[in-house]
Amino acid sequence: MIQIKNVKKSFKNTEVLKDISIEIEKGEIFGIIGQSGAGKSTLLRCVNGLESYDDGQILVEGQKVDIKDKQSLRLLQKRMGMIFQGFNLLERLDVYQNVALPMKFWGINPRSAESKEKILKLLKLVGLENKVHAKPRELSGGQKQRVAIARALVLDPEFLLCDEATSALDPEITREILALLQKINKELGITIVVVTHQMEVVKQICQRVAFLSGGRVLAVGRPEKLFIWPEEREIRDFLREESDKLPTNGVNLKLFFFGEGNQRPIVTQMAQELHTDFNICWAKLEDFREDVYGSLVLNMEEKDLERACAFLDSKNVTWEVVR
Amino acid sequence: MPGILSTAGYSEILLKAFKETLYMTFMSTIFSVILGFIPGIVLTLTAPDGLKPNKIIYEVLSFIINVFRSFPFIILLVILIPFTRVIVGTSIGTTAMIVPLTISAIPFIARVFETSLRGTNPGVVEAARSFGASNLQILIHVYVKESIPRMLNGIVLLIISLIGYSAMAGTVGGGGVGDIAIRYGYQARNYEILFYCSIILIIFVQVIQMIGNYMYKKMS
Repeated sequence: MIQIKNVKKSFKNTEVLKDISIEIEKGEIFGIIGQSGAGKSTLLRCVNGLESYDDGQILVEGQKVDIKDKQSLRLLQKRMGMIFQGFNLLERLDVYQNVALPMKFWGINPRSAESKEKILKLLKLVGLENKVHAKPRELSGGQKQRVAIARALVLDPEFLLCDEATSALDPEITREILALLQKINKELGITIVVVTHQMEVVKQICQRVAFLSGGRVLAVGRPEKLFIWPEEREIRDFLREESDKLPTNGVNLKLFFFGEGNQRPIVTQMAQELHTDFNICWAKLEDFREDVYGSLVLNMEEKDLERACAFLDSKNVTWEVVR
Repeated sequence: MPGILSTAGYSEILLKAFKETLYMTFMSTIFSVILGFIPGIVLTLTAPDGLKPNKIIYEVLSFIINVFRSFPFIILLVILIPFTRVIVGTSIGTTAMIVPLTISAIPFIARVFETSLRGTNPGVVEAARSFGASNLQILIHVYVKESIPRMLNGIVLLIISLIGYSAMAGTVGGGGVGDIAIRYGYQARNYEILFYCSIILIIFVQVIQMIGNYMYKKMS
């Protein structure tokens, strides 16, 4: 578990992290999303000890991340693999040597039979078993990130920290890399923390997400709850939704579908049963991991509202009146 | 004064001079690379973006290097005569010339190494840190290893400029191709030998550059 408690950090006079508290559970895929400049990368770098923080504390499995205590920091860093937006491979080393690099830092012989077996196994896991001796410049972006992932796993970490790991990749490759991360999470039981500004990343793999804005945590929760109808203005702006352009006459009623909801013909049923017409003025359906989630805004006359709500309650549909 | 040399004597003189040039150039390259590596590393470590940023050390070292670099070589040659005498025992001759050549090359190669090392992708340094690498490990496994081709390029640059300087050193009693070119070629107006001297230097420079380019390709 990673516990971030009231962490604050400033660069010169700018406060980049303002009292951040997040708990990341063991075994989950946790997303940290926000605009650039929200402080999400800085936060991740603090967790890994690449950067110090001014106040509060960060605990990884109960151990404090303290940049001054070099020896215990090193041991903690060994338990947290990290991948980056720019892949950060050594250009002069081949794939095998790149993956083996962290071993060198820990005095493990990368040429021993045991190391060799492990590295080849990892390269197989990331799908690069036929590129063992290729140099990074011969690889595509997606392949480079796969090498970086194998490298991050070579010391058997409990956590994998991803700093905008898919931001430099095209959508198709992004999906592949995300599928690989999911596989690593499931098969190896590694807790994954992804920092990203891409909604797709959160939607495809994150079980929980924290939305950062201006150095603060605006909301934490399941992405489907957070993003189907976000209450916070910043999140709506981030999603670029025109959700406030609703009709001003009548009432607007918002319906939520979580997972199973969209299987039922609720709206048409309601129209038939209540013998009235609705105007569907806004709708959104989205895939979150394996499920489809959505919300829908109906515009109706004031007089129909009560009956509509009663109907929705009887069908166990979550609703809300939007003004 | 034509007639001093017989046609048959040309090649002997030129060969001897070439050997001297080779000797001066390579000895001073080796010494300056070894001695320039240390300040190069210190500059890299203490630079604002280095592993151990230290403004005072960086600025002071930088200043000293700039001072030495701004001396015209011919002046340095003269200033260093007493120093050369202490080290080599004499201030004339090919071996003695290695001292001023090395001294003039150290600040140059230190800067070249600094630039090469600092050209390392900071992301790679960060990645190494994230895996718990110590500063020394980062220096060896990341900075130096990643910079080898660039440093090699710098050494080629150094050798070529040392060839030029060694020709200058030759005029004050150092021997070498430059010495022959001045004495026999220019002063005695033997343009044939001047021509040969130039050809030798041109070929020499080309070969060094070719080897350098080949190794750069091979190493990177």
